[in-house]
Amino acid sequence: MRATAVKLEARRVAIHYRRQRSGLNLIAVDGVDLRVDEGEFLSIVGPSGCGKTTFLNAVDGLIPIASGSLLLDGNEISSPGPDRAMVFQQPSLLPWRTVTRNVVYGLEMQHRAGRESRETAARLIDLVGLQGFADAWPSELSGGMQQRVNLARALATDPEVLLLDEPFAALDAQTRETMQQELLRIWGATRKTAIFITHDITEAVYLADRVIVFTARPGRIKLDVKIELPRPRDLRLKRDARFIDYERMIWETIREEVIRSESRGQAIA
Amino acid sequence: MATQGPFDTVAQPAESEWLVQPPPESRTRERRGLSESTVIGFAAVVIFFILWQGVGFVRTTWPDGVSLGPITFIAPSQLFLPAPLDVFKAFQAYVQDGRIWKDMAVSGQELMTGYLAAVVLGIVLGLLVGWYKRLRYALDPFITFLYATPRIVLLPLFIIWFGIGVESKIAVVFLGAIFAILINTAAGVRNLDANLIKVARSFGASDLQLFRTIALPGSVPFILTGLRLGIGHALTGVIVGELVAAQFGVGQMMAVAGATFQSAKVFAGLFIIAGTGMLMTFTLQKLEQRFEAWRPRPN
Repeated sequence: MRATAVKLEARRVAIHYRRQRSGLNLIAVDGVDLRVDEGEFLSIVGPSGCGKTTFLNAVDGLIPIASGSLLLDGNEISSPGPDRAMVFQQPSLLPWRTVTRNVVYGLEMQHRAGRESRETAARLIDLVGLQGFADAWPSELSGGMQQRVNLARALATDPEVLLLDEPFAALDAQTRETMQQELLRIWGATRKTAIFITHDITEAVYLADRVIVFTARPGRIKLDVKIELPRPRDLRLKRDARFIDYERMIWETIREEVIRSESRGQAIA
Repeated sequence: MATQGPFDTVAQPAESEWLVQPPPESRTRERRGLSESTVIGFAAVVIFFILWQGVGFVRTTWPDGVSLGPITFIAPSQLFLPAPLDVFKAFQAYVQDGRIWKDMAVSGQELMTGYLAAVVLGIVLGLLVGWYKRLRYALDPFITFLYATPRIVLLPLFIIWFGIGVESKIAVVFLGAIFAILINTAAGVRNLDANLIKVARSFGASDLQLFRTIALPGSVPFILTGLRLGIGHALTGVIVGELVAAQFGVGQMMAVAGATFQSAKVFAGLFIIAGTGMLMTFTLQKLEQRFEAWRPRPN
């Protein structure tokens, strides 16, 4: 056993992104140092194109890092594994599979689908609030409901780390707030380590134990702030003075970055 | 209460508040829409045949033509345009002399052997070509060359190579159908949703799993389009092949009938071919509905 319950550790992580057109490498993420504790809910915010999604993809093992090291439980991440599961920005459900068959998809890919996987699916479909839709096709579901399936599919493999890539970005404002509450309820029930990418500051503060702000490209950590607000949280918290202080602090930080990246963009142009 | 009122048939509330039975009138409208298209289509065909038969009626009743004021309408001769009943009689004669079974067996064998071989090889090669870039680069020149060439022009060569029996026709049918199937299947693989591939990779799917769970089902709509286009090419291959050189077959029968001015018999062959094509397309449509139950219903 390790003395500290560090789940994920990034040491001077740089990620390069190959541009098809020019063949040149773009530095998407440069020198990220980060520790995420077991059971911690971390949000990463930053201006668009700051490399936060790229970083998450690297944690999932979908893309390699250029330098530094990225450790999960002390082991270098080199490929996707059953200890991590991603909730994608787009619901990305297999349209030719019913809700249940989508939920068990990850288990199937990991050769873990068995007699009990139907029960697992039923339990998770209940957990994400889709009772009665087990045999529905994705095309019959609304955007919010599809995202619930996306979440259930990730939870089905029972990962140790849940990676969420702006999962509510495409939803309307009311659905998004409902889904935030639902996510907190589900996370409260499972207490998995979670990394949540978003560009919505309110969402980041509302959900997380800790918020990290990335700089404009290349992405680095600009701000790392613990959100010391009590749980369980409900939506009224968003009107709380302390909540608004956190929001303002993060907003100011991001604004500086946006201005900096825009002026730099003009200089290049 | 002794009698059942009309309101007793109203749908029960569904178990979940989100699952609601559609109101009854929307269903009847759907049914009416379907039957409407069938009725109009059927009526149009019936009217067409009545008008066509009318030409034959004019011919037999007024062999010297009908004068309507200054205009004299003379029906075309039976040689030029046989009436539907003439075609039916020719078909009957064809059945009675027994040649039809031999011809259909030969043509059917050529069509089915060539087409099924094209389906199997077209789908397999299409998946591979769509998936593996380098294989595509290697095969692209050949596919483009052969697809741009009307495959029927290879017939003289096939007759030299395989003779005038079924083999040369099978080759033409096969080459005629395979490219539509191959090219569409490859397009299906290349148009896969990149997000789904990412999902599969994220869950650690192997190449084979990715192929089976994403690439194959994702290409099904494209494959079915290829199969449908392939039917037309295959039928063309059989008939034109037999028109050029054959001992038996529906196309060969038509060639002989045409050369001896038996136009009613030519028409009979035409209907056999059209019927075959329609039957194959219909079968494919049924298959399509089975595969595409997940598609949203158009409103």
